Formats: sequence, structure tokens, C-alpha cells
Amino acid sequence: MALAGRTAMRWARLRSPFPATVPLCLPLRLFSGPVACQRPYSSHGTEKIDMSMYPVESIRNFSIIAHVDHGKSTLADRLLEITGTIAKTDHNKQVLDKLQVERERGITVKAQSASLFYSHEGVNYLLNLIDTPGHVDFSYEVSRSLSACQGVILVVDANEGIQAQTVANFYLAFEAQLAIIPVINKIDLKNADPERVEKQIEKLFDIPTDECIRISAKQGINVEKVLHKVIEKIPPPHCNTADPLKALVFDSTFDHYRGVIANIALFGGEIQKGHKIVSAHTKKRYEVNEVGILTPNEQPTHKLYAGQVGYLIAGMKEVTEAQIGDTLFLYKQPVEPLPGFKSAKPMVFAGMYPADQTEYNNLKSALERLTLNDSSVTVHRDSSLALGAGWRLGFLGLLHMEVFNQRLEQEYNMSVILTAPTVPYRAILSSAKLKKEYGKEEITIINPAQFPDKLAVSEYLEPTVLGTIVTPQEYIGKIITLCQDCRAIQKDMLYIDEHRVMLKYLFPLNEIVVDFYDALKSLSSGYASFDYEDAGYQAADLTKMDILLNGNPVEELSMIVHNDKAYATGKLLCERLKDAIPRQLFEIAIQATIGKKIIARETLKAYRKNVVAKCYGGDITRRMKLLKRQAEGKKLMRKIGNVEVPRDAFIHVLKRQTDK
Amino acid sequence: WPYCRQRCSYCSFNKYVVPAVDEAAVRASMVRETRTLLRLSQVQSITSVFFGGGTPSLASPQTIAAVLEAVAGAANLPVGAEVTLEANPSSTSTQRLAGFRAAGVNRLSIGVQSLDDAELRLLGREHTAAEAQGAVEAARGLFPGRTSIDLLFGLPGQSWDAWARSLEAALGLCDDHVSLYQLTLERGTVLAAQVSGGTLPAPPQDLLADMYQTARAMLVAAGFRHYEVSNFARKGALSTHNLSYWRAEQYIGVGPGAHGRFVPRGEGGHRREARVQTLEPDAWMREVQSRGHGTRKRVVLSPLEQLEEVLALGLRTDEGVTHERWGHFSPQLSLEAVFGAPGEARDLQQQGWLVLDSSGLRCTWEGLALLDSLLPSLLCQLQR
Repeated sequence: MALAGRTAMRWARLRSPFPATVPLCLPLRLFSGPVACQRPYSSHGTEKIDMSMYPVESIRNFSIIAHVDHGKSTLADRLLEITGTIAKTDHNKQVLDKLQVERERGITVKAQSASLFYSHEGVNYLLNLIDTPGHVDFSYEVSRSLSACQGVILVVDANEGIQAQTVANFYLAFEAQLAIIPVINKIDLKNADPERVEKQIEKLFDIPTDECIRISAKQGINVEKVLHKVIEKIPPPHCNTADPLKALVFDSTFDHYRGVIANIALFGGEIQKGHKIVSAHTKKRYEVNEVGILTPNEQPTHKLYAGQVGYLIAGMKEVTEAQIGDTLFLYKQPVEPLPGFKSAKPMVFAGMYPADQTEYNNLKSALERLTLNDSSVTVHRDSSLALGAGWRLGFLGLLHMEVFNQRLEQEYNMSVILTAPTVPYRAILSSAKLKKEYGKEEITIINPAQFPDKLAVSEYLEPTVLGTIVTPQEYIGKIITLCQDCRAIQKDMLYIDEHRVMLKYLFPLNEIVVDFYDALKSLSSGYASFDYEDAGYQAADLTKMDILLNGNPVEELSMIVHNDKAYATGKLLCERLKDAIPRQLFEIAIQATIGKKIIARETLKAYRKNVVAKCYGGDITRRMKLLKRQAEGKKLMRKIGNVEVPRDAFIHVLKRQTDK
Repeated sequence: WPYCRQRCSYCSFNKYVVPAVDEAAVRASMVRETRTLLRLSQVQSITSVFFGGGTPSLASPQTIAAVLEAVAGAANLPVGAEVTLEANPSSTSTQRLAGFRAAGVNRLSIGVQSLDDAELRLLGREHTAAEAQGAVEAARGLFPGRTSIDLLFGLPGQSWDAWARSLEAALGLCDDHVSLYQLTLERGTVLAAQVSGGTLPAPPQDLLADMYQTARAMLVAAGFRHYEVSNFARKGALSTHNLSYWRAEQYIGVGPGAHGRFVPRGEGGHRREARVQTLEPDAWMREVQSRGHGTRKRVVLSPLEQLEEVLALGLRTDEGVTHERWGHFSPQLSLEAVFGAPGEARDLQQQGWLVLDSSGLRCTWEGLALLDSLLPSLLCQLQR
């Protein structure tokens, strides 16, 4: 019970000036007491923990992986409570999801870690929970988190069963050769059918049904059993404190006051304040200022030892210094660097420009800081005649792009212009001049403005993905039609039980970028799920389409489209723009063009009357408020020629409207 | 007067339909608040009084008389001062109207709204077209040259022809002042719910524009001056009271939910304030009884906010914002200095929506119908 006593004492000191009077064998449950309620995070403690109490054998590093909404964050909250890491209150919701956008959208974007202390059968364990994001866009983050783990808890909803992301996550863990603990969650729900889910798991993943643990994370049923399984089934990390220091940087965050905080997993040796360390990637030398564990807030410790997971602050100030996947070692004791990670491959590119060019430098520094916390975003400088100086950013997917934009707004108060997203097309050049200019024959096009003319190209190529869809069988017909509309080719179809089907399709990536997921959700009443993986390039008949407002091109809406879909897309965009642009004092021609040829046109008529009928004493205050809001809104409008367009209109017109 | 006998389907005004009104209590509160606020404003002379909101013609002439006496007791109320009463055709018997006249009312504004029985039913009015006609005739007998009528257009399902016929009929009936309001579908009203729910058609934008232009043309042809967005007068019968709103003069609001704009000099104030009285009549009465007034909210208007109001309201009139009026609120920066420089106003002038000349800044005939599209630009320029 040494752990209980030690941790208890730390808490007791907060509460009482006489720690010596506190018995050293208090049960762990003490932490659900009122003191804990006032101090929800144990990081408020002042005493540093001696991490040498946790030798490699008593350490388990694991992640929870699950389809979105299957209860990953709830289970994490419960594990944190049971182990006394956080107080048990009604308010623990998505404790590990610290970002405003995560809480608002109920998703995890940024992986967080927490060290849990747990005593089982007389042994004190250090359980490091490394959270993973729960959306297809972020599968790169998932595999990064898994690299610091030896096992995973695979959570499946007892009602919804296996979903597309369950499949994807399972294979990520399986390929990384991690121990897998299947957990069936939400057994308290009325429609829960754990037997059926166990059979699905057996059929798809070849895991015997009796290995599944049935739990309700919400009500805390069998959660303790999960911890026992973590200890039993997941092997301790394979490494030695006696070896030289070898630390993997698996995540990093930027703190305005303390600089870069790197999350590290120690694959050998130990680390403490004062150590001189070197980055294998940059070869730069640093002195360690602070090490500690995450509980889930940073809690300094004297040292970290092999097998442990924690954080490090070492005076890294530049955004580029804490490369994710980098290996750190002791000065003059170089080690073979860890394999690191494939860099995240951006699937979606969009131009980003400051709404006001005078904001360029502020936006630049916001981007730098945000990309340090989200290194999967790629940044290239870009400029445009209409939009000024800006960047072309690469994202993992559209949700990733929206989340990034939302974080810029919420955390950095930045207002930006975002262009239509495009996927990385390729062109095989035939023109000798262009070949010479680019210095190569095959180029990647991430900006429609750089789309080479057909005459200079022997073949265009588009990226494809292999999509997995899991759906109740009644939606199959509609889903197949949707996939066909997206130029997809069916590759596989498998009944995972009597009612559910798993479909595999090869999709052109651009067809699913903007709103495929939303469309799929809406036509299946939310029941179908989707995930995808990279599937290389295929030849495609591509062309560039522009949208003009009164003859002026809308740079945000320039896009590369498949020839078969150009007319339909152009027509649809013009129609939607007509609805999205407010009437103005003059008529507006909305045109879609390919080269000089107009392929679609809509006309937005001028306002002929726009004046409120009644404005007397009592109406004035309300009237002025509205007018001032309109005046403010006007300043934020994007002007194309003299046409004023609300800033969010373009992204709206790109999204499929499910009611049409 | 915040009480009505029934709820009209389009009205979102602060009004109350109650089985019985303790008129003596309301009267006492009106009188008391009038005195308190007049004292607070230290206004010497009153140019106009307007009994509006709810259905003032349901109040007894005695109540009207009591309020007017209170006004005259606290400030100078010249004999010729305009005293308007809003009246519903269903509470305007000749006898009642004579009572109001005796109490001091000298101008009547009648809520005719429509001269078509089906339209009146749609609007939830409790009178018929014939009753409205009778009311207007009675009023003209007692208040010759000082009777105004209100009409609504742009009703769901109303055609251009129906509107043109209504206008013809109205011109045959009216006196020298007409207010024509495009129906606004206010949130929370029965009519708005029916339109958004699809049981009634939303009037098309272009039809509304046509109806407005037709009305303007017909009234001007009949000798009316189109002196404000929705108001027309001939023989100089402009509403003095309403003009004072658009000219951003001082006004005091008395009664539940009433708005005011004045400088509270009585308590040493020297800046114009926007004031709102407590909305709910019983709460308002309690407040008046305990502290003499029911002012719920007072906001000091900054010089910029005052100018924004001068602009937004002044441009609703045919005279626009005169140099004199602007100078009153902005002694330093003239109209030319603000709007003569290159910018939004100049663009709007070149496009033919706006005029800035020796008399001031105003909308053109075409611009007036589009004022709400012009104002945000002008406010942006003003804010700079």
C-alpha cells in the first residue's frame, strides 16, 4: 500500500498542516473526498513524485481506441477517477479533451496523456494512458500515439457494434503488434446487444468472444476489470534504465511562457533536470529544465526512467525544434535513433489568407504556433493577385481543416479567407519547356492556379483512397448510389452479421473530401460509418473551372474538376451561390467557366426595395443595433469587384445540402 | 395605452389583452410618470403629444384629459400643439371621438389597415371594411384635415391588382395624411408562423417593390408629398410628432415599454440618453407608484451613436439630414467633411441613390426605397 500512502500523503498535505498524523495506509478511495473535489487535478500537489518507484515491470503504456462516440473519453474519465488521478464528480466530461473545439464538437483532436497510479495484488503500477483522436482525419495521430504503447483497449458500442473506424483502428493496433483488449461499452443502454457485438468481433478480428469485457463506462460497471486486464494482458515496455537515454518525442505543445513542452516516451535510460541532451534530428544541444508526468496536467518529477511516459522542457523555443518522431539522447552518448514516423500525408490543400493584409504577420505567428501543436499541417507560402500574400496549407482531411480554422479563430482570434479545398493532383508533363521549368516530368498540383494546360500534359492523375463503410443493410441501396455518384468502384462487400454490411470502395479522393461523410450520415440516419486509407493515384480526365461574379474570378472557388462532372458541378455552384450571396444594389451575374467557355450562369437580381416600413420612437434602438451589426458585417465581407460576399458563403456552397 | 381587445395576427408590439383594466390606476401612473419625466427633462415647451401603442382609443377621454393636464401642468403646452390619438375603427363612435376632442385631442390616426374584409380577417382585425369607412368619415367630421389613415400592403397572397384597388378606395376615403406600411412578418406573430410554416405564401420581393412604387406614384399624383418612407401628406398635414423622431429631437416616453430620448437636465445630466420604461404594465405601475417613474433602462448615447441615429432616421425623410440638424449634433465635423470625401457616400451619389447639396444629405427617389442597403455603408464611413 505504499503507493496509496504516498499519494494520500500528498493530498493530505494539501488538506492538513500535520501530515504525520495521517495513516500511511489510507485506501485509494480517499480521493473522492471533498478535498479532491476542490482540487480536481492532482497536479496541484507540490511534492515531487519519485519515479524510481516504478520499475519497467510495473509500467503499462496503453491507448484507448474506438469509433467516434463509442465512449472512449468517458472510459478515460472513469479510469482517471478510479485511480484517483482526478476527483470523482459529475463534471468529469472529456477531461483529456482540453481544446475548446474538442469540447464543442465532442471529438478528440489532440492526443493527451495521463499517468495513472494503481495498486493491484500488492504491486503498485504506473499506467500511462495515451489518448488518441477519434476521427478518420486524425488516424495519423492515432498511429503516433500507438508508437508509445504496448497495448490498446478497443472500445465498441454495445448498441452500434463495429463501425468503420473500429476496423481501421483495430488494424493500426494489430499491425503495430500491440496487445488488444476488446471492451464492449454502453451495456446499460436499452438496445444494447453485447452478444451480437462479441460475435462481430470474433468474425472480423478473430478474437474469442469470451475475451470481451462488457462494461458501462458511464455507470462505472466493470471498469475496474478493464484495469486488471490492462495489467495482465499488456506487456511492460521492453527497455532498460541501465541503457543510455533514448527518448521518443511523440507529441509536443507550445506554451507561451515555457516554450516547447515535448511529450516523451523513454525507451532506455533516465532523464532529469540538468541533463545535457541532443536531438538526433537537429543535432542541437539542450539542458533539461524540467521533467514530469502528465496527470493529465503537467506534474514535475525528479526523474523519468526507461519505460515511462511524461514531458520534458528543455529551452526549446523555436517551433521547429521539437520534431515529432525525433529521438533525444544524452550529450556524448549517441544512440541509434528510433524509426520515428512517416510524416503525415496531407490529403486536402487550401489557400489561407489574412482577411486584412495588415494582419499578415499576426496570422503568420499564429500559424507557426498552431502548427507546432499540430505538426500534421503543412505550410507553404503562397500569394495571389486577388487575396494578397498568404499560405497554402495541407490538412489530413476536411474536418481537420475546419478544426484548424476554428482553433485559429478561437485561440488566436484570427479571421481568415480560406479557398476551396483541393486534393493533391498530379500531372505528367509533355511540354519540354515546362519539364525544364519544373526540373521534372511529374508534378504535384496543390493549387488550382498552377494547373497546367491540357496541351502541356500527357496525363493527369488523381489521388484515390480505399474507403470502408459499415452500415445496417437497409441503407445499402442508397449508399451504393452515393458511391457511384462519387465515381467510386466497389471492391468488397461483406456481411459482418445478419444485419450489418461492410463495403469497400475505391474513391477518387476529391469526391469524398468536402461532404461525403455528411451525406453518408444523413442518408443512413447516422447509422453508417466511414473510414479511408490512401490508395495511390489513377489517371483522370481533369480540367480547371473558375467561378466569376460580374466577370471577376472568385479565386477561392477555382477548382480542379473531373470533366464528367464539370457541368453539373458548375451549375450547382452557381445555383448555390445565388442563394448564398445577398441581393445587392445591382444585378450580379454568377458564371462557371472552363477556359473562356461559360458552362453555367445564374443571375442574382438587384434589390428594388429594401427599407424597413416602420421606424418610430420605440423602434429606433432595435433598428440601430441591427444596422450597426450590418455595418460591422460589411467590414468582414469579401469584395469581389464591387460584389460583397459573406465570408462563410464559399465554404457553404461547397458543401452538399442534404435537403436538395 | 398597452391594452388591446384582441391580438392582431401581425402585431409584435408590447401589448396586453386582459379581461379588465383598472383604468384609474393606469391613469394615475401615467399622470405621475409624465410629471416625473417632464421635470427630469426640464423641457420648457411641448410641441406635440402622441397617444399610441396598443389601442389608445380604448382608454376613456377622461384618462386622455388627465395626461394632457399633467403635461400642461409641468410644461408649456401651446394651444396649437399637435395632440394625436391612435384609434381603432372598432372603438371610434362619433360620441367617443367627440369626447377625445373635448379632452384635447386634435389629430386622429386610424388603423384602417385594409379596405377588404378577407384581408382584415387575415390580419386578425376586429372590424370590417365598412366599419373602417364609417370611422374615417366620422373622424373627418370632427378632425377635418387632421385625420390620418394606416394601410398595410404585402399581405400573404395579396396581388398587385388588389393593392391598387385598395389604394383607389383609400384615396376616395382619406383626408390629408396617409401611412402605407409594407407588412413586416415579425418573429413570434401568428402570421409569421403561418408563412414560415408554409400555410401562407411569402410575398415575392419584386411584387413588394412594385406595390411600393405604385403606391408612391398614385399618392404623389393625388397631390400628396412623400415626406417619409411610409408617410404621405398634402396641404402641409405632416405629422409634427413623427417628424420629431426622424429629426432626432428630444422626446419623452411615458407608459409600459415606452422609449424616450432626452437629456436629463433635472438631475444635472448633459448628455442625451436612450431610455426604456418597464414593459409589463403591472410591474411598471408598481415602479411608478414607488419611485415616480418606471424607467428600466437608460443608456447614455455617445456623440457617434447620436450621429448614427441622426443619419439613419433623417434619411428616411424627403428633407434628409439638413446641414443645420447635423451641425447641431456635430459642430466640429460638417456633413461635407464626413460624406463629401471619397468613399461610400460619394459612390452612392454617383450611382444615383444619394444627394449631398446645399440643403443637406438625402436619398433620391430611387434611393429611398433602398435606404437599408445604403445605411450600413454610410455608417461604416461615419465610423471612420
